[in-house]
Amino acid sequence: MQSATPSSAFFEGMRASAPFLIVVGPFALVFGVVATEAGLDLAQVMSLSVTVFAGAAQLTALQLMREEAPALVVLASSLAVNLRMAMYSASIAPYIGGAPLWQRVLSGYLLVDQSYAISHARFEAEPQMPLPRRMAFFFGTMSLIAPLWYAATLAGALAGQGIPEGLALDFAVPITFIALIAPGLRTLAHLAAAATAILLGLALAGLPYGTGLLVAGLVAMIVGAEIERRGLAIPVQRQAP
Amino acid sequence: MMEGYSDATIALITAGIAVGTWAVRFSFIGLIGARELPPWLLRHLRYTPVAVIPALVAPLVLWPGATGGAPDPARLVAALAAFAVGFLARSVLGAILVGMGTFYAIRLVL
Repeated sequence: MQSATPSSAFFEGMRASAPFLIVVGPFALVFGVVATEAGLDLAQVMSLSVTVFAGAAQLTALQLMREEAPALVVLASSLAVNLRMAMYSASIAPYIGGAPLWQRVLSGYLLVDQSYAISHARFEAEPQMPLPRRMAFFFGTMSLIAPLWYAATLAGALAGQGIPEGLALDFAVPITFIALIAPGLRTLAHLAAAATAILLGLALAGLPYGTGLLVAGLVAMIVGAEIERRGLAIPVQRQAP
Repeated sequence: MMEGYSDATIALITAGIAVGTWAVRFSFIGLIGARELPPWLLRHLRYTPVAVIPALVAPLVLWPGATGGAPDPARLVAALAAFAVGFLARSVLGAILVGMGTFYAIRLVL
């Protein structure tokens, strides 16, 4: 069946985001609980989730505020954790950079790991997709995740200390990321980039303010691109069904 | 209230992170627009997710904050299980379910 309208693309994006709901929810819930326990009031917890809308940065800010770091250090570190999103922005710009300004402004707010990974994979798989459908798909990927992020933060903040420690929901974060990346390791170049990233991510984890992550990401990106340039991006997975 | 910060300071920190985060994400979408990027740059950007996310995840798996940084067999095995399902079955949801399922199963047994 032909489905070529922007609204069908919106629902397509919504469906593609569904698997991530079960981990986005717990993440925001945990943030709400932890932030409340750290001493932030409801308005402060909600402001962070609604205006920042970036889990890693929110958790970084919280951790540093608990350690009573200077306000500027809190700010700089939280932003450094988010610098990887500049790479997302650059990577997705060729696909959505022609959209009207208000849509790009909104995209800036909604460009997170999930919307990026889901949308980029889709745009790459269908280069002929018209711009309005791309935007609809992109916004669709966040149509459930964003409201859930706010609602689960609120639930966590209200529940406060009611969440049992033994649930270890912190581990839902790395598991989501692994689930997000593993299916996309289609060629030798992807594998080499990921392996480089793991090794350097561990080796440089001690560098301050998230800079190790940036160096690891940059080098791994160069490794992947160089392998592709040499024509060695050999498929390692069966074709998508 | 958080000790050591006034409400105004917390509001300023929040606003600063919010504006800064938005600016980082908006940067290329906003400034470059639809201008074509050179092939060498596109070739590098293609590897952004597989280059950044594993670097972010590896320390979280090997040195989890919840254990104070001590490696935890349950987390290591669960991460490997999630990876195997994601890579071999190409299923995101399957990888999440198997990963968290393995994690809780090992914790129950140990």
